[in-house]
Amino acid sequence: MGAADTPQQILDPKKRYQAGVLKYAQMGYWDADYEPKDTDVLAVFRITPQEGVDPIEAAAAVAGESSTATWTVVWTDRLTACDKYRAKAYRIDPVPGQEGQYFCWVAYDLDLFEEGSIANLTASIIGNVFSFKPLKAARLEDMRLPVAYVKTFRGPPTGIVVERERLEKYGRPLLGATMKPKLGLSGKNYGRVVYEALRGGLDFTKDDENINSQPFMHWRDRFLYCMEGVNQAAAQTGESKGHYLNITAGTMEEMYKRAEFARDLGSCIVMIDLVIGWTAIQSISNWCRDNDMILHMHRAGHGTYTRQKNHGVSFRVIAKWLRLAGVDHLHAGTAVGKLEGDPMTVQGFYNVCRDMVTKQDLTRGLFFEQDWASIKRVMPVASGGIHAGQMHQLLELFGDEVVLQFGGGTIGHPMGIQAGATANRVALEAMVLARNEGRDIANEGPQILADAAKWCQPLRAALDTWGDITFNYTSTDTSDFVPTASVA
Amino acid sequence: MRITQGCFSFLPDLTDTQIAAQVNYCLEQGWAVSLEFTDDPHPRNTYWNMWGLPMFDLRDPAGVMGELKACREANPETYIRINAFDSTKGWETVRMSFIVQRPTAEPGFRLVRQENRGRSLHYTMESYAVGRNPEGARYAP
Repeated sequence: MGAADTPQQILDPKKRYQAGVLKYAQMGYWDADYEPKDTDVLAVFRITPQEGVDPIEAAAAVAGESSTATWTVVWTDRLTACDKYRAKAYRIDPVPGQEGQYFCWVAYDLDLFEEGSIANLTASIIGNVFSFKPLKAARLEDMRLPVAYVKTFRGPPTGIVVERERLEKYGRPLLGATMKPKLGLSGKNYGRVVYEALRGGLDFTKDDENINSQPFMHWRDRFLYCMEGVNQAAAQTGESKGHYLNITAGTMEEMYKRAEFARDLGSCIVMIDLVIGWTAIQSISNWCRDNDMILHMHRAGHGTYTRQKNHGVSFRVIAKWLRLAGVDHLHAGTAVGKLEGDPMTVQGFYNVCRDMVTKQDLTRGLFFEQDWASIKRVMPVASGGIHAGQMHQLLELFGDEVVLQFGGGTIGHPMGIQAGATANRVALEAMVLARNEGRDIANEGPQILADAAKWCQPLRAALDTWGDITFNYTSTDTSDFVPTASVA
Repeated sequence: MRITQGCFSFLPDLTDTQIAAQVNYCLEQGWAVSLEFTDDPHPRNTYWNMWGLPMFDLRDPAGVMGELKACREANPETYIRINAFDSTKGWETVRMSFIVQRPTAEPGFRLVRQENRGRSLHYTMESYAVGRNPEGARYAP
């Protein structure tokens, strides 16, 4: 697309650098002929220009404001190799089915970014431009990080392969549960829930995002009682168990202190919230690397900027940044549970976490091929309003490399927490066994569960309680590239 | 107690027909199947005894079932697991593992708590069977 009346780049230096205001396209931030280099950082934004703003000029403004430009011409550009440092918008397409919205492609030279710093990358790409007045709204849809840049990051400290080898658990999704109620339990009562869930058959239990060190339960109490539960359950089952101890705190010093206590108590995993920020994430990731610790990331807060598709940052981009920054577990959606997630879009997030090379797949919202350059795989976590009756759907959607977390679906079981955990584990193992035998679990799933429930009373009770519970709402974050209706 | 390691320990013990079907699945994925046995099933005991090498070139589940029969006869009253190894780039690890034989009685583990500074505890797990007898005689009936 290229409107004839779009201002062209001014090539004569005298005119280009005369004091005053020029269009961003005139300043050189739009180049329809630009061929991205293998080493460029690429981004696709979805922009909604204000009435009367030419979309190409808007795209050029995005490129300008996310790289070198300001609102007016500055002569100091001429002290630099400014052609190189200018980001170039090089393609623009109308968004199918969304009037007034455009996908615009922008290329950034590698030298615009500091090695190994998500803070620096994000300060450029989403620093200014989302508040830019000529745009009603803007969303960062996807990015391609060149191998040259990927290699400056250490990535996940543990990764799927080493996590499984440490736990000696293979061939099935891992099972977890978030402790409920998420606030108010004392350390002793909280540890009881941990113990019961692990004893009943789960691999992991989890602190919730807002469990830190409140008046009802100080963090040291929580850590001590949780590790008692973990170790007791491990001894009684002969199986490795873990509890994600949330070490999120007000300062890095406090986070390190909590991480060290978790390590000294023998915990195999700690947890952080996304709200601690990119620099804190990278720092604690390094600590985990030095201390053989799995790092669980709870994406607390992401819905404020990932959910509405006209403005914000897509979670697929957040997932890419987090894989570089270095987390081992990442909540990436359930598709069938209580929280936002179109199945295809969610599968796209899972691909970003788990692939060695993520293929371009527009139906899953993946605009670029992304080579991960052997950086480790992140274990995605499906959590939020899922239950044993959905086991066939979850296994079909996500495969084996995932942690399935049933919080209410474990703790709310009518026969108790251990029974709830056992129901989930039996449902899972029965479904994996059937899939491997070649059965069509998408269609035969309910029958496979019913058959297992004949000899497993806890599973029977779980299916009777939750078998019909679904969360059928229209998703807001769906791929628009291929204009198909939302599935969920 | 029942040790719940491996991916099917919450199901009733698999029949040989069921085991063969799982082996067939592993072979279809291109994974190399191997057998391992031990009488020290501590969850941190990574290195069980190998029953021969992983069967890299084998494509028929019947071959694995023959080896399993021989392994069971030579090592009654031990744990035996089937592992499936994936040598593709980026995995190069075990992709599936499940128990196919258990001792008649599984006494399990004792949790040993050593009190430390403050209220901290140092935890360790001790197998009753391993403490009782040397290797080879631990689960003798």
